[in-house]
Amino acid sequence: MNTPLRRVGLAMIGMIILLLANATYIQIIKADAYREDPRNQRVLLEEYARQRGKILAQDGNGQVQVLATVQPTNDRLRYLRQYTNGPMYAPVTGFYSVRYGAGGLERAEDEILNGSDDRLFVRRLSDLITGRDPRGGNIELTINPAAQAAAYNAMTQAGFAGSVVALNPKTGEILAMVSTPSYDPNPLSAHDGAAQEAAWKQYNNDKAKPMLNRAISETYAPGSTFKLIVASAALEDGKTKDDKLTSTDKLQVGGSELRNYNRGFCNGTPDGVTMEVALSLSCNTSFAQLAADEGTDKITAQAAKYGVGDDGLSIPMSVQQSCLGAAANCMSIADKAALMQTGIGQRDVRFTPLQNAEIVATIANGGERMRPQLVKSILAPDLSEISRLSTDSMGRAISRDSATQLRDMMIASEGKTGGDGKRPGLNIASKTGTAETGNDPKNTPPFAWYVAFAPADDPKIAVAVVVESQDVAATGSKLSAGIGRATMAAVVGGG
Amino acid sequence: MGSPVQGAVGPVAGQSAGVDKAAPTRRGTELLLLGFAAFVVTIALMLVEANQEQQLSLRIVWYGLAFLGLFGVAHVAVRRFAPYADPLILPCVALLNGLGLVMIYRIDLAMTEKAIRLGREINNDVPKQILWTTVALALFLGVLIVIKDHRMLTRYSYTFGLVGLVLLALPAFLPSVIAPTINGAKIWLKLGPFSVQPGEFSKVLLLVFFAGFLVSKRDLFMAAGRRVLGVDLPRARDLGPVVFAWAVSLGVLVFQKDLGTSLLFYGTILVMLYVATERAVWVAVGLLLFVGGAIVAYNLFTHVQQRVANWVDPLATYADAGGGYQIAQALFGLGTGGVGGTGLGAGRPDLVPLANTDFITAAIGEELGFIGMAALLLVYTVLALRGMRSALAVRDTFGKLLGGGLSFLLVMQVFVVVGGVTKLIPMTGITAPFLSYGGSSLLANYVLVAVLLRISDAARRPQTGSRPRPVPQAPIAEAHTVMVERPT
Repeated sequence: MNTPLRRVGLAMIGMIILLLANATYIQIIKADAYREDPRNQRVLLEEYARQRGKILAQDGNGQVQVLATVQPTNDRLRYLRQYTNGPMYAPVTGFYSVRYGAGGLERAEDEILNGSDDRLFVRRLSDLITGRDPRGGNIELTINPAAQAAAYNAMTQAGFAGSVVALNPKTGEILAMVSTPSYDPNPLSAHDGAAQEAAWKQYNNDKAKPMLNRAISETYAPGSTFKLIVASAALEDGKTKDDKLTSTDKLQVGGSELRNYNRGFCNGTPDGVTMEVALSLSCNTSFAQLAADEGTDKITAQAAKYGVGDDGLSIPMSVQQSCLGAAANCMSIADKAALMQTGIGQRDVRFTPLQNAEIVATIANGGERMRPQLVKSILAPDLSEISRLSTDSMGRAISRDSATQLRDMMIASEGKTGGDGKRPGLNIASKTGTAETGNDPKNTPPFAWYVAFAPADDPKIAVAVVVESQDVAATGSKLSAGIGRATMAAVVGGG
Repeated sequence: MGSPVQGAVGPVAGQSAGVDKAAPTRRGTELLLLGFAAFVVTIALMLVEANQEQQLSLRIVWYGLAFLGLFGVAHVAVRRFAPYADPLILPCVALLNGLGLVMIYRIDLAMTEKAIRLGREINNDVPKQILWTTVALALFLGVLIVIKDHRMLTRYSYTFGLVGLVLLALPAFLPSVIAPTINGAKIWLKLGPFSVQPGEFSKVLLLVFFAGFLVSKRDLFMAAGRRVLGVDLPRARDLGPVVFAWAVSLGVLVFQKDLGTSLLFYGTILVMLYVATERAVWVAVGLLLFVGGAIVAYNLFTHVQQRVANWVDPLATYADAGGGYQIAQALFGLGTGGVGGTGLGAGRPDLVPLANTDFITAAIGEELGFIGMAALLLVYTVLALRGMRSALAVRDTFGKLLGGGLSFLLVMQVFVVVGGVTKLIPMTGITAPFLSYGGSSLLANYVLVAVLLRISDAARRPQTGSRPRPVPQAPIAEAHTVMVERPT
């Protein structure tokens, strides 16, 4: 009876070997196919079940504000992403949705936030030993909550659509990045699929495009703010702010006439005006002629030094390219007529609000352009610092002397600019702009720009404001200046 | 029956001092391995707690010690009542049972989370399973104490057979109030708060019956029938046991829709028939009947067709009602686990329905990976092969047949459940021995192990003095061998 027993024993071993072979096939050879099957929720759940890192911002007093955090939940996703002041910070934080992926910083810094970044590796070792899900690292922003709140509140209280970008001119740190109308990212990260879908549809069907980050993903004709580039080119070319420019009431450009805003002579005189006066009064004819005098090459080169045409800038979200010409030939100006119109910020030239903020920040920083950055530091889950922002110079756009002259011209310009929010103790250097849009510019609402920095003698903040105006009669000074001043005052105060 | 039993034990106990030197009992090895099993189980529990972010405290060590204490009692009982039993069997069982408890606890945690989320009542299984383990160990003790010699079972083999059959058939004929249909199978009896699966017990009882029956009628099966093409065909009337097993299996399939038990029962009987007769032709006949029965069942029953379709491609029938969702989820889990697994407590085994019973091996494969799965299978192999070794070594044919049958039953059960979970064979609802949640299965398997230990004790026990009287059912051939032995 032992022979058949031995055979049965062998058969038993054979059965186990069959099981092992099959397990090898399932768990090793076919493992990836099963792991990546779209119906396998495990991988997705794992990613969403990680304790995602926080997004933080520190205000002037060293108080840390939590912009995005997680709340433990009892469901399968385990953590609910929550945003404090969702709409105010949505252009910065973005959203994080199981269904619709992520946007903004949530997407750009996903690897840090979800904990899979290599820089978190060493800190993750203890988690690895126990097989615990890695916890995410935290991101501290360069955002100044006071500036962000001032800009956002000023925009929303006035009911404006548009954007505010504020930079620290010396470091390139982004102090505020506002886009209105905004959206609340909280419903998008809800664990209730229906709530997510409803919010997503509502935001995307809204004609006001609340999910569009106007600060970096939308471009606007810069209007008169472009005169800063023309003036820079002229100053770099050896001219001074006191050199005379034409003050004619009209210029023949191609088939049409180019006139000043008040349709008269610049400064009421046909005898010419200094560049300083022309800039402070924003005379179109003077700068169109100046642009033509300098020529396409110098204007284009100067614009490029300010960062126009840069493709692939990321803050770490990628920034839409700003262009002088139509999208296909970003840095080319077709002819002299185009050059003259470009010189006053019309025709095909389009800037992101961030680009315009960079230009004033460069002037404020004595001509040296700093890379705009949004992340101040990356922190481990235990809040120890992993890396910190290093300021990065992107080269000199203009000489220190040119910058000083431009500053003086902008201080004069601020003196001629009306609008709310002027503060006696605060010395501001600014330039306004009203860009005509559409095929019927005279009857289409313009974009109202205000670019400025303060305090003028020791700049701490540079700001660019654009308002998609609903009011045909509006100009930059009326609409945008108050918002820009409020934003700057939030950082540098003023009596 | 008290006094003869005492007499039988007496001489062994008296000689134990001398015997220890001659033939080591190896109980120390068993205790050491039990300690190791308790250590592994404690570490596993610790990992689950750490990964599930429960509080890590000394409590876990106490649980580990309590576990060791429980099996320590079993160890002492083995030391006292079956001192020569195989030292590996009990530690293997302890390891499997302990890992099962850890996995059931781990799935409880996930289910509690889900219950809180859905506002449902929290229903934890692990306290019940701990209770069942204790009861099962008590039953284990009882079997070891009552059955002093496995051969005494032959006296009751027909009784066991009848009781086994009645238990097996009971749920099918009782009204649904007492015997509800759960997960498509009518194999449960509801007694107050407890549910029992009488079929689990009848497995062991019917095995004992078949071993006794085959031993007593062995010579009949050995007799050749007609020779056709060089193969000895069995006589038609000897087909009886095979047909009986076949009919019972088919009955279980038809009336209870329990594919697993049906397959298990039939396969084991077939193997025992082969061992008893030493003729492979029985296996051939049995397989033919199986194929015939399988074809008939496939054509008659939609639930069999569905199981087969789910086996061929579970991803294709993923969304169907009663489709491949469960197997697909198990495969996703196993694939996600990969070689090393997600880590105990760090996976999502709760996504697989029935994760703590039929699909507990999928949960282990997901969280401990292929490595854990292979280790698990090897522990089962060691357990079954030690049983088989005891069957080889024991001197009486009944012991050989019963030991071999019980060992094969274990492996067959593992093959059916793990094979089903890993899509090697169609899925049949069956529990993984010692691992799965379920009192009946646990109790029955502990009885099985107690009998195996008893057989292995008999196999290794040194023969002293006069041999016990020959077993009445022993074939004449064996008696003849004794007679020609030379006296030198």
